[in-house]
Amino acid sequence: MYKLMKYLNSSSPRKRGPAHRCEGSTLDGRILPRILSFRPALARPGLRPANLSGLRRNDGFGMFRVSMLLGLLWFGSGLAHGALTIEITQGIEGAVPIAVVPFGWTSAGALPPENISAIVAADLNRSGRFESLPDRDLVAHPTEATQVQFQNWRMVNVDYLVIGKIIPAGADRFDVQFQLFDVFRGKQVAGYSIPGARADLRRVAHHISDIIYKEITGERGAFNTQVAYITTSGTGSAKRYTLLVADSDGYNPQTILTSQQPLMSPSWSPDARQVAYVSFEKKTAEIYLQTIASGQRSKIASFKGINGAPSWSPDGRRLALTLSRDGNPELYMLEIASGTLTRLTNNAAIDTEPAWMPDGKNLVFTSDRGGSAQLYRMPASGGQAQRLTFEGKYNAGADVSPDGSKIALVNGDAGRYRIAVLDVQTRRLRVLTDGSQDESPSFAPNGSMIIYATTMGNREVLSAVSVDGRFKQRLSLQAGSVREPVWSPFSE
Amino acid sequence: MKLTMSGLLLVVLVAVMAGCSSKGGTKGDVAVEDRGIGADGAYTSGAAGAGSYDMAALNDPNSPLSRRVIYFDYDSAEISAADQDTLMAHAGFLVANSGARITLEGNTDERGSREYNIALGDRRGQSVQRILELNGVPSGQISVVSYGEEKPAAEGHSEAAWRLNRRVEIVYP
Repeated sequence: MYKLMKYLNSSSPRKRGPAHRCEGSTLDGRILPRILSFRPALARPGLRPANLSGLRRNDGFGMFRVSMLLGLLWFGSGLAHGALTIEITQGIEGAVPIAVVPFGWTSAGALPPENISAIVAADLNRSGRFESLPDRDLVAHPTEATQVQFQNWRMVNVDYLVIGKIIPAGADRFDVQFQLFDVFRGKQVAGYSIPGARADLRRVAHHISDIIYKEITGERGAFNTQVAYITTSGTGSAKRYTLLVADSDGYNPQTILTSQQPLMSPSWSPDARQVAYVSFEKKTAEIYLQTIASGQRSKIASFKGINGAPSWSPDGRRLALTLSRDGNPELYMLEIASGTLTRLTNNAAIDTEPAWMPDGKNLVFTSDRGGSAQLYRMPASGGQAQRLTFEGKYNAGADVSPDGSKIALVNGDAGRYRIAVLDVQTRRLRVLTDGSQDESPSFAPNGSMIIYATTMGNREVLSAVSVDGRFKQRLSLQAGSVREPVWSPFSE
Repeated sequence: MKLTMSGLLLVVLVAVMAGCSSKGGTKGDVAVEDRGIGADGAYTSGAAGAGSYDMAALNDPNSPLSRRVIYFDYDSAEISAADQDTLMAHAGFLVANSGARITLEGNTDERGSREYNIALGDRRGQSVQRILELNGVPSGQISVVSYGEEKPAAEGHSEAAWRLNRRVEIVYP
C-alpha cells in the first residue's frame, strides 16, 4: 500500500538509539513520566517560537477551512455523573491544519488500550489553535516515518502530521511513540517515546498534545491540567451540590464533595494538590481545605457571618478571604500554618473576591466603595487601594492571568453580565462573550483560554473563550447545571 | 403585645421610614407571595421541641408574624415602609419571647458574581438585623447567614423570578 520511499534527511526511528529508560519513567500514581526522547533525527531548523513561517505561508493560500461549528462532540467515558461534554461553537480562521493519524497497535487480537490519536486531535482542536483533519480525509495511515509520503499530505493541505505507535511493554504497560512532521519541509520536528500504564494513557496523550502545541506555537500547552467545578441537581429537599475535579477535556470527573447545602468558590492550591472551598453544610458558611488525592480536609475558617471567597496565594502559604465577623464584608489574610488572621480592609462598603497578582504581593478585589461594584488593587499586606475599572457600572469577580498582564472579570452593563478582559497596563476593557448571565471567569494556566459559567436555555453550562475572543467552546453536562469552573495550575 | 409600640419603637420607625407612611395598597400582592414562599416545607417543618416560647402567634396566618420574607430592590439593602411593619411585629415577638431565636437568611438574584452576591445578601440580612435591634431585640437572638444567589426561591431567569429571590427570610427554628 505504501510505496517505500527514501526521503531526505529523515530516518526511521528504529535506526536511532533506543529510548533510555530512567528511574523516573514509571508512571504509577500521580507523577507524570519523565519523557525520554528519541533524539530527533534533525536539528530543528527554524522551529522556534518566533518562526511560524509555516503557518503564515499557508495563510496566503487560503487553505484553511473556517469552521463556525465544527460540531465536534465527544463524550466522557461512560457518561459518568458530572462528566462534561465539549462542543466547539466558534472556530478560528487561521487555525493550523494538522493530521493526526490513528496510532499503530501491534498486539494481535486485543483492542488498543486507548485511542491516543483521537485524544490528541481533540486536544489540539479544543485549543482553538489547530484544526485536525477528520479521519475520513486521512489520505494514508502511516505508523512509521518510512511510510510517510509528504506530497500526499501537502495535497490535503495540512501543515503538520502526527503519527505514532502503541507498543506493549509488560503487564498493562505500554510505550507510546510518536513523531511530529513538518509536512512542507518534509522533516521531523519532534519524536518521543512515553511509557505509561494503561490507566495513565489519557495523560500520556495529553502530554503528547503539550509537546506538539509547544513545538508549533512556542507556548506551553495546558492539556494535562484539571478543572474544578460545582454541579447542582434535583430540587427542594432533593437538591444536591457537588464539587468535582475533572481533566481539562471533561473526562475523568471525580467527586470531591457532595452536600445538600450550597458549595461555592473552589480555589486551587498552587501545587494543584488541594482545593479550598466554601461549604454551607452546617447551615452557615465555612471554608475548608481538602487534599484531592486523599479526600482529607480541614476547616480553616468558621467565623460569624461570611466566610467566603478563598484565594490561595502563589506561595501556597496564605489564603486571602472575605469575612464579615466584624460586621461588614472585609478582606482578610490567613496564614494557613499558624492560623494568624490579618484584616486588610476596613470600611462600610463591600470588599470581597480577592484574586492574587502572580507576584504574590498584590491583590485585585471587588468593592462597592465607589457606589457600585468595581475592581481595585492593593498590596497583599493591606493599604491604599487603587481603582482599576471604570467602564460599565459593574465589574467584579476578577481572575488574574498567569503572567499578570490581564484581568478577567464579570462586566455588567445595560442588564447584561458578560466576561471581559482588562489590560492591566493600558486599562483597556474588552468584552469577550455575548451571554447575559456570564460569570466566574478562570484563566487556563498557560493564559490561552478563559473558562467561565454561562446559561443555555434554563441550564447553567460552562464555556471557554480564547483570550482574544475569537474561539469559543461549550462544556455541558448531560443533565443538571454546572457552574464556578476553576482551571488548575500546572501540576508539577 | 406585638402591636404595642414603645416610644423608642416610634422614634426608630419614623427615622427609618423617612417620612413615608403609606402602607398596604400596592404591597398587597407581595404579601400573598410572602406566604407562598414562607410555606416552603424546607424551612417551616421540624419545629417540634423548639417550644420554649409560644408558636401559636407565629402560625396564625392573620398575624403579621406570618410574613417572614422581606424583599429588596436590585443591588439594594433598603427596607420598604410596608416591611417595616412586619419587622416591628417580629421585634415585638422576639422581645416578648426572649427564648426565641431567629436566623436571617439573606439572598440575592442570580445576576453578577457569586461572592459579591454573598456580600450583598449579608448586607440585606444585617439591614434587617439592625432594625430588629433598634427595636429592642438583643443581638444574641439573631444570627445572619447569607446564601447569596445559591438558594433561589424561584427558578427562572427573568425579573419575575429575580424579585422573589432578592429577599431575607426570617427563619424561626
